[in-house]
Amino acid sequence: MHVSTRSHLRKGFRFAPSLFSLALVVGSVVLCCSQPAKALPAFARKYGLRCSACHESWPMLNFFGQKFKDNGYQLMNDRDAPIWQNPGYWPVTFRITPIWHRVSTGKVLVDTYSGGALTGTNTAITRVTSSGFDLSGLDFHTGGTLEKNFSFYVLPSSDNTASFHFETVMARLDNLFGSPWLNVKFGKFELDNLLSEKRILTLTGNGGIYQLYHFVPQGDGNVFGKMGDNQLGLEVMGHSWNDRTRYSAALLSTSDGTPGLVYSNAYTGFFTASQAFDAGKFGVQRVGFYAMVGEAPTSWLTSGGPTGALPGTGAGNKPFSREGFVGQFYFGQHVDLTVVTQHGEDNAWFGQGYGDFIGGTVPNNNVPGTVLPAGSQNPTWNGVLLEPHYVYSPQLIFIGRYETIRMSQQANGSGSLNPSASNFGNISTYTIGYRYNPFMTSRAGFAWHNEYNWLHQDGTGPSLGLNTTNINTSELLIGFDFDF
Amino acid sequence: MQRNHLRKWSLLVGAAVVALPLPSWAQLTQYDFETRMNMEAHIGNITGHAKDAKGDYRRYCVVCHGQNGDGNGEVALWLDPPTWPKPRDFQLGIFKCRSTPTGTLPTDQDLFDTIARGLDRSAMPQWSTFTKQERADLVAWVKHFSPRWTNEKPGTPITIPPEPEVTPERIKAGRDVFARVQCWKCHGVQGQANGPSAATLQDDLGRPIAPFNFTDGTRPKCGDTDQDIYRIFMTGLDGTPMPSFADNIKPDEAWDLVFYLRTFMAQKSKEKAIAKQLGLKPVDPNAPPPQQ
Repeated sequence: MHVSTRSHLRKGFRFAPSLFSLALVVGSVVLCCSQPAKALPAFARKYGLRCSACHESWPMLNFFGQKFKDNGYQLMNDRDAPIWQNPGYWPVTFRITPIWHRVSTGKVLVDTYSGGALTGTNTAITRVTSSGFDLSGLDFHTGGTLEKNFSFYVLPSSDNTASFHFETVMARLDNLFGSPWLNVKFGKFELDNLLSEKRILTLTGNGGIYQLYHFVPQGDGNVFGKMGDNQLGLEVMGHSWNDRTRYSAALLSTSDGTPGLVYSNAYTGFFTASQAFDAGKFGVQRVGFYAMVGEAPTSWLTSGGPTGALPGTGAGNKPFSREGFVGQFYFGQHVDLTVVTQHGEDNAWFGQGYGDFIGGTVPNNNVPGTVLPAGSQNPTWNGVLLEPHYVYSPQLIFIGRYETIRMSQQANGSGSLNPSASNFGNISTYTIGYRYNPFMTSRAGFAWHNEYNWLHQDGTGPSLGLNTTNINTSELLIGFDFDF
Repeated sequence: MQRNHLRKWSLLVGAAVVALPLPSWAQLTQYDFETRMNMEAHIGNITGHAKDAKGDYRRYCVVCHGQNGDGNGEVALWLDPPTWPKPRDFQLGIFKCRSTPTGTLPTDQDLFDTIARGLDRSAMPQWSTFTKQERADLVAWVKHFSPRWTNEKPGTPITIPPEPEVTPERIKAGRDVFARVQCWKCHGVQGQANGPSAATLQDDLGRPIAPFNFTDGTRPKCGDTDQDIYRIFMTGLDGTPMPSFADNIKPDEAWDLVFYLRTFMAQKSKEKAIAKQLGLKPVDPNAPPPQQ
């Protein structure tokens, strides 16, 4: 990027207040004049319930919504089977979010020019800030029951250029042998995380995901250990009749949800269990744990050199794990706090970049005779996520989140030629925002969304031959988040 | 200069953040039932307070039962009886599921149980996810809609004698009770809700209503234990054509009838097995009613 871009952006930024003011006025008018839409989100339409019955704030589930989901999208009454619906009923909802956002990245390596030519030093580190209108991707949610105790979910999802993939495709058999303790899910689905990333209340690039669910150390080649991504596999889950007690166990292909046998025959297990307690006026409190334990390949058969890996030939499986505790605590009807912790560990081979498979090539390949560099060790880390909410009403929620991830052992230990700094790759991020639903019906969802995210990572900025630098990125986002 | 621009911009953002949610606050002030807001409900040693249920009612219940509890929530329009009964009008203070005699108010426990159990064959789900305290608060909230709760006391729950042993004789006696009090006129001779009166039934508000079909595997509205079934026909379902048979059926006969009704139900039961062994035939609607 040209350094003059910065001053150009500054000039452009002078007009931003006017443009932004106009957008706010238009937004305010639209909000004040909003009427309930005549459209029907799939489940609310089927059962005649408001969004707020199942969602603390759409799309995040509350306890009743979680129970509905755990029952296989059933209220467990006599009207669950689709035969009771009007024949015209089609369980489809779409969701998309037009936004305005401003992203500012603290340290970016850019070319430098003087008199139309590259300078002698050629590069500099600068802050890059850009803003503009944008779109999220488009999701088509279709789900529900095929018959009593037979349920499904299919979610074709696109990026903001309408390039689609299957985010979720799963069928589920519910209440096997008449017991809520035995339900089986098959296909591609979200892992049974109590704090669901697919139902996250924030939308920015860094704040719209849980960093804890995707973290791998810098330079790590583990392609799989991302709890936030939907995975291919089989899940058995069960719960008590009132959903106070719940468990799940999933067997997953180690493919990070990528269809096709591109990786190997490695498998991963994901286990969760939780127990909820009544706390009187405070509400229902829940505590639980999760563990993800698996293997992923580090070596590949090749064609045309050690980096030209053949899909599906992954071998040399090495272990990795993620485990932690989850707590969902309610302090009455307005305030709640979710806590997730994590301890993660990857095998030393992943720590040195083995395992990664990108477009048919592998930067590192654990072919016969390969040895790890001196001082290599398993990278380990610890993290915590705190997400408090203030729910003023079902229509207005204030959101906060703080996440921090700290490396406890770097892949390049003290015996390495270039040992990593102890804080290399550490992340701290916070997000604040609110979502306001100007109407709340059983037909459609619409939220006016405002959010700010700030993320700091140690040692991952450009270096220019000096010590590596830290990166700070901030993003402001305003948008209309709606489903129909 | 640029600093001024930024200041203006910051002020605008701040104003927008504060101003846009205002309609939500405005909506909260529309709701006014202050006169009965001190209503309480007592469930064991738990005391429910109406004022504490306001948020839960708004989040979960208002869509059907309406802001004023009159059963005219936004979804009511789309509920077509008899397939989908209309939501309960809490202002009337009339409830189907009671342990108390017909015409009287239910106990707090009755309402408490109904919230958790839900009502099959209606849009009312099982709200078992609440804590007991939250449910007790909601009971108080439901009560605060009707002046009946300030003027009357709930009825005294009926006494249910201990359940006797199921015998072939009792099941046959139950069939006689079924014929004598003419349950079949609405429920059909085989409990399939196809009696000669079934298509003409209306509730107290003149809306079509269907009798219970014992054979399709769904749960009776007010509970599916033997005690619940006993209670249903001895207290009646107020507001519906289902009367109380407390004056027509003796307690011992009531148990006989419970056992006979079990023979219709889809679930496996001792009663069904005995009826099968007996080769029990449905009642004959044209036969003279058995003598008491």
